[in-house]
Amino acid sequence: MFNYYLRLALRSMRRTPILTALMVLALGLGIGAFMTTFTVYYLMSGDPIPHKSGVLFAVQLDNWDPNNPPTESAKDVQPQLTWQDGQNLLNADTPALRQVHMYASGAIVVPEGDEPPFDETIRATSHEFFAMFDVPFLYGRPWDQRADQDRASIAVIGRELNDKLFSGENSVGQRIQLDGNFFEVIGVIDDWQPTPRFYHVDAGGSFADTEQVFLPLTRAIDEPMGPRGNTNCWAPINEDLPVMEAFLQSECVWTQFWAELESPEQAAAYKDYLDNYARDQKAAGRFPRPLNTFLSDVNAWMEVNGVVGNDNRVQLRLSFLFLLVCVLNTVGLLMAKFLGKGGEVALRRAMGASRGAVFTQNLVEVGTIGVLGGLTGVGFAWLGLRAVETLYRGYQHLVNLDPLLLIVAVGLSVIAAITAGLYPVWRVSRLQPAGLLKTQ
Amino acid sequence: MLKMSDISKVYRTELVETHALRELSLHVDEGEFVAVTGPSGSGKTTFLNIAGLLESPTSGLFELDGADVGRLNDRERSRIRNEKVGFIFQSFNLIPDLSLADNVDVPLRYRGWSGVERRRAIGEMLDLVGLGSRQNYLPSQLSGGQQQRVAIARALAGKPRFLLADEPTGNLDSEMAGQVMLLLEQINRAGTTIIMVTHDPELAARAHRNIHILDGRASDLPLGTHSKVMHLPGREAARV
Repeated sequence: MFNYYLRLALRSMRRTPILTALMVLALGLGIGAFMTTFTVYYLMSGDPIPHKSGVLFAVQLDNWDPNNPPTESAKDVQPQLTWQDGQNLLNADTPALRQVHMYASGAIVVPEGDEPPFDETIRATSHEFFAMFDVPFLYGRPWDQRADQDRASIAVIGRELNDKLFSGENSVGQRIQLDGNFFEVIGVIDDWQPTPRFYHVDAGGSFADTEQVFLPLTRAIDEPMGPRGNTNCWAPINEDLPVMEAFLQSECVWTQFWAELESPEQAAAYKDYLDNYARDQKAAGRFPRPLNTFLSDVNAWMEVNGVVGNDNRVQLRLSFLFLLVCVLNTVGLLMAKFLGKGGEVALRRAMGASRGAVFTQNLVEVGTIGVLGGLTGVGFAWLGLRAVETLYRGYQHLVNLDPLLLIVAVGLSVIAAITAGLYPVWRVSRLQPAGLLKTQ
Repeated sequence: MLKMSDISKVYRTELVETHALRELSLHVDEGEFVAVTGPSGSGKTTFLNIAGLLESPTSGLFELDGADVGRLNDRERSRIRNEKVGFIFQSFNLIPDLSLADNVDVPLRYRGWSGVERRRAIGEMLDLVGLGSRQNYLPSQLSGGQQQRVAIARALAGKPRFLLADEPTGNLDSEMAGQVMLLLEQINRAGTTIIMVTHDPELAARAHRNIHILDGRASDLPLGTHSKVMHLPGREAARV
């Protein structure tokens, strides 16, 4: 019977094309608006590295101004570390399986040939970045601890940059020129875009592209390559020292620090280590505030940094309310449509259709409208996401409808249509056929 | 086959109580061709709706083939309606955007027959009414008489025990009405019971039996007296 009902549904929709189009449009708009905000919200709040998010921890130490308000949670502590604290932890014998100290920078890339120079983002990092974050390699390999110690002039580059500079060929052994200095390419990473870009989520950067050049941290400092991204200071910098030296010794925070901790016991031991480190620093005259050290795994870190803002939640709620308004409009349109076919319903009842059969037949029609509304909604969502992409810089990784979201959109539309249609369909199935047959 | 005993039907609103049928009793045997007459508002249509299980009586006993069908639930009533009753309406009630074959198919769909069975029944019935070659036509491509023949084919397709015809020739000119009446007589001769509501004394005279309904009560009329009754005022007719 389903095929028969489907045929009747399509025929009925052709019979009232304007009413049908209005319903499909109403549902499509509601679904489109909701799916646009939901897609952004879903990808924003997604786990960027699900297989490891529970064992990767961002490290926070509180070296800040004692006059600041008291600390109640990790949100009240600076999300970055000073250079000296990062280096102290990196070089210490801690309980962590791996540690990474890094910062964001940039340089002018000078291509060989006639291509003009261009600016490129750089991640200056200690060597375990690649293993810790499971970075996939297309060619070559990451560097090792020795290269860090030797301050080697080597680089790992991204696939996009490799395509640009070397036409996608294996560029291991080639050289790239950054700010006038040459670096040997030892590896090319494959497409890799954790969303959000959890390892560095400062303001505006949560959804930025991954960097295209990775250099040993020590080498970048030697250059020196200055930081790009938030740099916060609360104490004056020693003006008697050279600028870079003074900056590295300052209380300015601008580096990111992560630890890989395999078990709760290891995490507890690492936390103890951090507390002891902070006590040592207090004893040395630093860290004037109470003892505030924090370890946050990847998902907690997204919360601490407010990656999904309240605005996004409000938008999601508003778009859901808009969807409800569209559904209510659809209820009215469905009432008009179904009560208009009372004569046919009465005839079918006279021919032996039970109320249940009439209900099911019309529910199939409502579901078909829902499917069409869902497909229209996917179209509107695509347009909405393109608008988000145009209006908001840095959201380009959040504006793709994946297959799961397509299914969700159509499913949601069918549910919305059936919800909207339940009352009209019930009403039409309860019509008394006797009176309607006479007036046909 | 069809037996009604003391059937009453009362329609109630907040302000008014209308007695459409008052302790109506009648019995129709298998194979009969019964004409039901009566003035407007006398209860003919209500009688037809109850006979066709489209409405339930307020009180009284309604039996079909010996079984009490007056108090069944919707599903049971629908099943019996589908299997035992065929409806023919004054305004044909064909679905305009379905082909003739699809119109005839409507009751068969609810019967659960296979596609082969349905196609065979549709072909046979449209052949019977002389429209076998026009299965894919739309109703709007036919004359009124032809449309009523399609409606008859639809009513007969599920091989019902009886046909309920409500003014089946009311919308037709005399020539087409005659053709439709001939077809109904042919169907009746083949064994199908027919109960036909009509205002036309000539058509009523062609039935085997005439039942007159007045003020919600039914009475048998001797054949041939129908035309006289039709011209009498309502109260006097009740005494005929």
